[in-house]
Amino acid sequence: MRVGLVLVSHSGKLAEGVAELAAQMAPDVKVVPAGGLPDGGIGTDYDSVLAAVERAEEGGGVVLLYDLGSAEMTADLVVESLPDPGTAVVVAAPLVEGAVAAAVAAQGGADRAGVASAASSAAGGGESEAARESAGGAETAELTLGNDVGLHARPAALLVRGIAGLDADVRIRLGDQEADGHSVLALMSLSARKGDRIDVSATGTQAAEAISRIESLVERNFDE
Amino acid sequence: MGCGAREVADLLRAGAATIAEHRAELIDLDRPIGDSDHGENLNRGFTAVVSTLDTAVPETPGGVLKIAATTLISKVGGAAGPLYGTAFLRAATALGDRAELDAEAVFTALRAGLRGVVARGKAVVGDATMVDALSPAVDAAEAAVGDGIAAVLAAAADAADKGADSTVPLVARKGRASYLGERGVGHLDPGARSTALLLRAFAEAAR
Repeated sequence: MRVGLVLVSHSGKLAEGVAELAAQMAPDVKVVPAGGLPDGGIGTDYDSVLAAVERAEEGGGVVLLYDLGSAEMTADLVVESLPDPGTAVVVAAPLVEGAVAAAVAAQGGADRAGVASAASSAAGGGESEAARESAGGAETAELTLGNDVGLHARPAALLVRGIAGLDADVRIRLGDQEADGHSVLALMSLSARKGDRIDVSATGTQAAEAISRIESLVERNFDE
Repeated sequence: MGCGAREVADLLRAGAATIAEHRAELIDLDRPIGDSDHGENLNRGFTAVVSTLDTAVPETPGGVLKIAATTLISKVGGAAGPLYGTAFLRAATALGDRAELDAEAVFTALRAGLRGVVARGKAVVGDATMVDALSPAVDAAEAAVGDGIAAVLAAAADAADKGADSTVPLVARKGRASYLGERGVGHLDPGARSTALLLRAFAEAAR
């Protein structure tokens, strides 16, 4: 039972566009846009958001993201008025990055708290605490990207999903840049392209499995 | 001298009439600093509240306030919908299923409404919001509890008027008006004004 997402925006088009983007990276996650007023105008509508939460709920709970101002209040009020307010949570996060990060986390099977924290750490932070040194026993691999788009959104999401749930801290380096292998946005920010060589290192009890899954993805050119 | 569900419904009808009367004023207040829909949205919401109450009046004051809350939440939209909706909902919850209100209960409901608005909007006094009207109103209501319901509401309305006026020189720190920064100075906050108008209508109706 995956966690569902609701995107609360003042604009119907904005909510739908972000939902489309997030859904591309997380095909099995219910991402429900709740944007605009029933008449198509700009604003947020309590009834629409409530209906979206009901649609997004598949048993694993719902995480709501919002764009501006009163969208947060509407989302908060909807959660407060649910029969069990504990089944949904409103997260403060940048809407686009947060939605993508949350969707990928949900796709990987994260619970509601995990999805919420993926969203809220999507603002570009989250690097420092993850950047712990690999104290011996690290598995490493050097891989050359052969797929056309490199570590762009879709392949980055595939990589994150591929290692989701493993007990492994995965770091991916390109030149002097390093990214958390569990963060789609961090991976995308490396701008690794076709032909680039990336260094993968993993620690943890399932480090070797993580490396082998990433090797397999790169060999398959991320199924492009 | 009791105040049951019917009397509370009458207060809300009086509030709705006042909002309708001041619809244009609220729109004008909102225009320079918001999206000029406050008067329109509130009027739509309270009109819907009245037509719901015309169909059936719940048995308790809390029930009446809950109808108002859910209707306002659905019909008003923007920031005012969740804020007024929360205020009425928390007031309804505070009253529970008691059938008659005394002055103490009216004060308790007002205080619960204020706490709801503060929790939802995260505004404090001085941010140029409805809290600037509602917070002093609740303080004044508490001081008047010994003098009966009409006195409680009259004291609240007087304090809300002053509180709303106090928003004029403020820099708004919440809502759309906050994006204007210093340019918002010199404007009466529409939410504070509508709060003061409603409390005045309640006070007049309770006399």
